[in-house]
Amino acid sequence: MSTATAANTETKPPAPAVETVRVKVDGRVVDVPRTLPDWQGKPQPTTMLQACAIAGAEVPHYCYHPKLPIAGNCRMCLVEFGTPMMGPDRKPVLSEDGSPKIARSVLPYEPGTPRGAIACATPISPGMEIYPSSPATKQMREAVLESLLINHPLDCPICDQAGECKLQEYSVEHGQAESRFAEVKVHKPKQVDLGPRIMLDDERCVLCTRCIRFSRDVAQDDALGIVNRGSHNSIAAFPGRQFDNNYTLNTVDICPVGALTSKDFRFRMRVWFLKETRSVCASCATGCNILISSREESVYRYEPRQNDAVNACWMCDSGRLNYKWIGREDRLLNVRSSRSGARAWAAVVAEIAETLRSAPQGSVAVIASARQSTEELYLLKKLAAHLGALTDSVERLGEGDGFLVNADRNPNTNGARMTGICFTEVGIQIPKIAQGIRSGRIHTLIVFGEDVTRHGIDSETLSKVSTLIVSDILPNETTRRAHFLLPGCAYAEKRGTFVNAKGRLQRFLKAVEPRGEARPEWEFLQELVHQVTGENLGPGFEALFNRMAKDVPALASAGVEWGKVGDLGAPLTL
Amino acid sequence: MTFTIPRELEAELDELATRYPQKRSASLMFLHALQERFGYVSKEAVEWTAAKLGVQPIHVWELVTFYPMFRQEPAGRHQLKVCRTLSCALGGSHKLYRHFCDRLGLDPNKHGLQTTKDGKFSVEFVECLASCGTAPVMMRNEEFHEGVSCEQADALLARCS
Ligand code: SF4
Ligand code: FES
Ligand code: FES
Repeated sequence: MSTATAANTETKPPAPAVETVRVKVDGRVVDVPRTLPDWQGKPQPTTMLQACAIAGAEVPHYCYHPKLPIAGNCRMCLVEFGTPMMGPDRKPVLSEDGSPKIARSVLPYEPGTPRGAIACATPISPGMEIYPSSPATKQMREAVLESLLINHPLDCPICDQAGECKLQEYSVEHGQAESRFAEVKVHKPKQVDLGPRIMLDDERCVLCTRCIRFSRDVAQDDALGIVNRGSHNSIAAFPGRQFDNNYTLNTVDICPVGALTSKDFRFRMRVWFLKETRSVCASCATGCNILISSREESVYRYEPRQNDAVNACWMCDSGRLNYKWIGREDRLLNVRSSRSGARAWAAVVAEIAETLRSAPQGSVAVIASARQSTEELYLLKKLAAHLGALTDSVERLGEGDGFLVNADRNPNTNGARMTGICFTEVGIQIPKIAQGIRSGRIHTLIVFGEDVTRHGIDSETLSKVSTLIVSDILPNETTRRAHFLLPGCAYAEKRGTFVNAKGRLQRFLKAVEPRGEARPEWEFLQELVHQVTGENLGPGFEALFNRMAKDVPALASAGVEWGKVGDLGAPLTL
Repeated sequence: MTFTIPRELEAELDELATRYPQKRSASLMFLHALQERFGYVSKEAVEWTAAKLGVQPIHVWELVTFYPMFRQEPAGRHQLKVCRTLSCALGGSHKLYRHFCDRLGLDPNKHGLQTTKDGKFSVEFVECLASCGTAPVMMRNEEFHEGVSCEQADALLARCS
């Protein structure tokens, strides 16, 4: 886990000189910043754990999480340390060779025994020495781990966390091969139905309280607590209350063990079989960064991916679970022209190009979803400009929650605006397009990714269109009426970018293969634009992106290139 | 069952809450008062307390489940508390406890408070009742009994109605 050092691609003005503190980690001298951002981004004195991370020594931890307030309860991060000895004159005591003498911290009543401190909550001081790999530190870790495992069921073979469990990981490094515990383990509640999306196994819990702190401090729903006493301590919600806020699944991510599991994901796949692809959630304009886990062309789960400029480490439950449509049985699989009966991409694209080439200026209109990628919207705008076509997008409004969920439920409204597909006010051209169709001026309609019969062009109006060119993923009224049907891709099946509500250009990569004959829309649009306008915006995706980056002012002024967008995206000035 | 709280008790507790810099600190006092009044702390009482003190019910529930002195179920009319701390343990409190359980059809090996089906008696072990010299010691509700033999225990049961 990267703590404070996450790379950020944002170009910042040269940072003012950071005040540093010199410490030693395992004998190595390191200069670390005096303060580092805490979970809310406020500067706080650097801790031993952070100093060790900077020095490249990972200190094992359960309760510490960089985006949560510090609790200091698991004791896993105990390390041995020492501080410079001070003389009665408040001057450092020097040893013969002139170096400051270090007083190792020991138990006050037992000066022979080293006393550790929890690295997650102990600030560093000048001259401090931290010993994350000393024998004493090792012994403390082993003791803590042994005590955590006393009542643990050790049911790893059937545990969903297996493979990404901190308890397993640390046991490999610091655990003992044999249990010394001969007594009967305490039994605690299992399969606790905490809420609609969360299942809890209290026996596996290490009581780190990450879930409690996340719910209380991040999700602002103080719903969880610890009930009972001593070794019967269990995480619980108030009896009869559901743990059901829209962020509950984040607790599954941060639970360091297999106590909290996702009802959606549990028992569906061993995690080590999953391939992870960097992507962006498309359920609203926030564009939370995600990892798509897939295996054999099926998507199994979304998880948030850290991006402090967007979503920190979190995402909402509704966005996270909004992936099932990708694998729906009724996906549009086949390309077709109902005019000529053609059923091959080349023939259908050529036929559309033919039709468009002969269309009089102003007789075509384009309605393109703000769920399409920026590249696709750019290509559609190119086409529209050549044909003198009116263009617009469809507004998709919900309620914002003041945290991650944006009221704009389209992922790429700013991309649609930036490329000129729509105006600031999305959808204001649609009545004009409808009017144009009714008056007979517009007789060709190109629709990408929307069922226009539900957004201002009713079926009757639509039936007046003589050429209806439609690309979509799932069937609807508009696709049923299409003369040309072009099956498109879910964003998990292609590459592209979205521009989020704050104007951040973010890329998503391909996780799984498209279904049936479906192809990425940018790919066949590139061919279509070439055939209609004579302009070749390729070859391939990168050339297209880089061409767009020169053409679209907001991208040109930010100087973006595909190779430079990076995993965390690039801010644009819109 | 809707939870109604007598006006005078509510006023008393409201006043109590003002004595703490943080209202939440009055949680235990509330729970004691409510248990004293209703015989146990119901879920409704917990929710009422939480609302009064501006915390979520789970955080009051944490306290109720932490302290063994808070009961989540009503106790019997006659609550028999047998001391099991050292002096009494040596003085025969386990025998006394077992005797009560046998007489009342309760399981002597079960942990915590047990109540007879008719709701007449509850039996539980408690810690030192501060009369170690007269072991074994017990209480029936608020009434104190010292040096209790099994015969005296039977007589006590017989007196209860
Ligand atoms: S359920 Fe998981 S996150 Fe919550 S306290 Fe237990 S181990 Fe920590
Ligand atoms: S990480 Fe848990 S005490 Fe430091
Ligand atoms: S030990 Fe029983 S009263 Fe003290």
